[in-house]
Amino acid sequence: MEHRPHSYGVMAEFDTPEEIMAAAKKTREAGYKHVTAYTPFPIEGLAEEIGFKWTAVPLITLLGGIGGGLTGFGMQYWMMAVSYPLNIGGRPLNSWPAFIPVTFELTILGAATFAVLGMIALNKLPEPYHPVFNVDRFSHASTDKFFLCIQAKDPKYNLAETARFLQGLNAKHVDEVKDE
Amino acid sequence: MSVTQPPIDSPEIRRLEPVLAPGHTYLSVTDKIAAVVLTRPLGIGWLAGFGLTFSLVMLLFLSLAWLITKGVGIWGINIPIGWGFAIVNFVWWIGIGHAGTLISAILYLLNQKWRTSINRFAEAMTLFAVACAGIFPLIHTGRPWMAYYMFPYPSTMGIWPQFRSPLIWDVFAVSTYGTVSLLFWYVGLLPDLATLRDRAKDRAQQLAYGVLSLGWRNSAHHWHRYQSAYLLLAGLATPLVLSVHTVVSFDFSVAIVPGWHTTIFPPYFVAGAIYSGFAMVLTLAIPLRKAYGLEDFITMRHLENMAKVMLATGLIVAYGYFIEFFMAYYSGNKFDVFLANQRLHGPYSHFYYALILCNILTPQLLWFEKVRRNVAALFIMSLVINTGMWLERFVIVVISLTRDYMPSAWGRYSATFWDYSTFVGTLGLFVMLMFLFVRGLPAIAISEMRELVAHQSHGKGEHQ
Repeated sequence: MEHRPHSYGVMAEFDTPEEIMAAAKKTREAGYKHVTAYTPFPIEGLAEEIGFKWTAVPLITLLGGIGGGLTGFGMQYWMMAVSYPLNIGGRPLNSWPAFIPVTFELTILGAATFAVLGMIALNKLPEPYHPVFNVDRFSHASTDKFFLCIQAKDPKYNLAETARFLQGLNAKHVDEVKDE
Repeated sequence: MSVTQPPIDSPEIRRLEPVLAPGHTYLSVTDKIAAVVLTRPLGIGWLAGFGLTFSLVMLLFLSLAWLITKGVGIWGINIPIGWGFAIVNFVWWIGIGHAGTLISAILYLLNQKWRTSINRFAEAMTLFAVACAGIFPLIHTGRPWMAYYMFPYPSTMGIWPQFRSPLIWDVFAVSTYGTVSLLFWYVGLLPDLATLRDRAKDRAQQLAYGVLSLGWRNSAHHWHRYQSAYLLLAGLATPLVLSVHTVVSFDFSVAIVPGWHTTIFPPYFVAGAIYSGFAMVLTLAIPLRKAYGLEDFITMRHLENMAKVMLATGLIVAYGYFIEFFMAYYSGNKFDVFLANQRLHGPYSHFYYALILCNILTPQLLWFEKVRRNVAALFIMSLVINTGMWLERFVIVVISLTRDYMPSAWGRYSATFWDYSTFVGTLGLFVMLMFLFVRGLPAIAISEMRELVAHQSHGKGEHQ
């Protein structure tokens, strides 16, 4: 059984996007690796600043699109030319121009479904419980405040020291994130 | 890539109104939009409107029940006019649905900031319009309980749908469109559902929005993937929205019926769809901003921009009408010439003249800034254009079918009570769903509005 740390990390609250960007930069420079940020809207460059490098969403979308397109065309070819061929005045059975609209639609359907489900799966949603929700002020993350959280699993983590470090970045509040 | 950025500060740009009234903060936009859903009591206006539209939905159910009992003979359709109101209404509704995706996808790719406060309810409008549209081909089959025959499933009969038929393309186009619109809408809603979850005071609301938001917690990592997925969806929805009405137009143009068999149909249908869609967005936006005091978010700038889009797409539609006539006379094909003359002088010519008045002549008033900035005039204009677009589909369906190649195959069409009651019923369904939507979900994308506040407080983004 995995040992669950009593503390998930330390969370600091900021008022503006600029403040959290600056704090994220300093946190990275201080050598912290396991950092997350919570903001009421996407902030350009923030994810990269805290160590997010690459997302598989575009690749998953491409695969969904290719899969959808091949399924679409293959299905029509098989049904119209192999499974139930209808000879109408000797016209070609593989009448591919007529198969384009459905192939196109299924390409889009495959890509769009994979994009959304891929994004949700990579984000590990749905996840009804998460330790960060234990912080009272965290409900402001969906309104008007910006949060930076250094996780306890970070090698440099030390509750008192990390909290002091975050205080030093002009955080408005610093709270411990408890995980029971 | 070297793209010349437009100057951020120039006299022309300063003259433009901001897309968000000044003085708003993250908190104030969130409060104002969330309050409509969470705290505002149900007013008498909402209840009356909901009650009225709900009774129209009951009329729809009654009409459908009677239809299923008696069959399509209760409608005005006959031979040769096998496509009556059902197809007219289907094309009209699906066209209206196009504005939502256009606003959310194409304007997103073009980085038009003014889309932000209107995209959410325009997308909702799309979904509801597609739902209304979907009813018609379904009941038009005569045996709606057999509609699954149109999908390729391995049946004991061993046969498959005919994939060379535009009617089957239509099944795939419309169902893909409905699905992708729903996904797009839901992805956009996700952060806002989390906002509502965090702001909800009573347990039932917390639970409902909590479940719907999937535990979204605004993590920067999540936002990154979210934005990637959203951009990709916008890129995918853009060709999709153009393809859907193209496929709908194939239902007509692949047939060899005079007046249908023309290559102008796909672009002119798509332009018409956007035209009527923007008209419907205005029809909904004007009462909405008034009723809930959202004038700060849906500003005159939005209304004026939408009026300009209507003017532009209206001119494309006018060009389409012109080309139909030009090609008929220029080709010298006697059936095409005859049909063109039937539009001008036949038994349904009054529909054609009404169409020209609604779709081409009246919208020319939009050239005047005074009209574009007059809310009442825009509201009336939007109703006129929607009527015009309905007449357009009526003219296309009915005039061509009543005047086929042989005089012995000519006929007349007139709608019955049940045709009208079904149509009015779907109007009721559409508006009722909008009523439920504005009180159940945020009608404006809250997280995107916060982004707009952030942009505005830095003096950038206002020029968009």
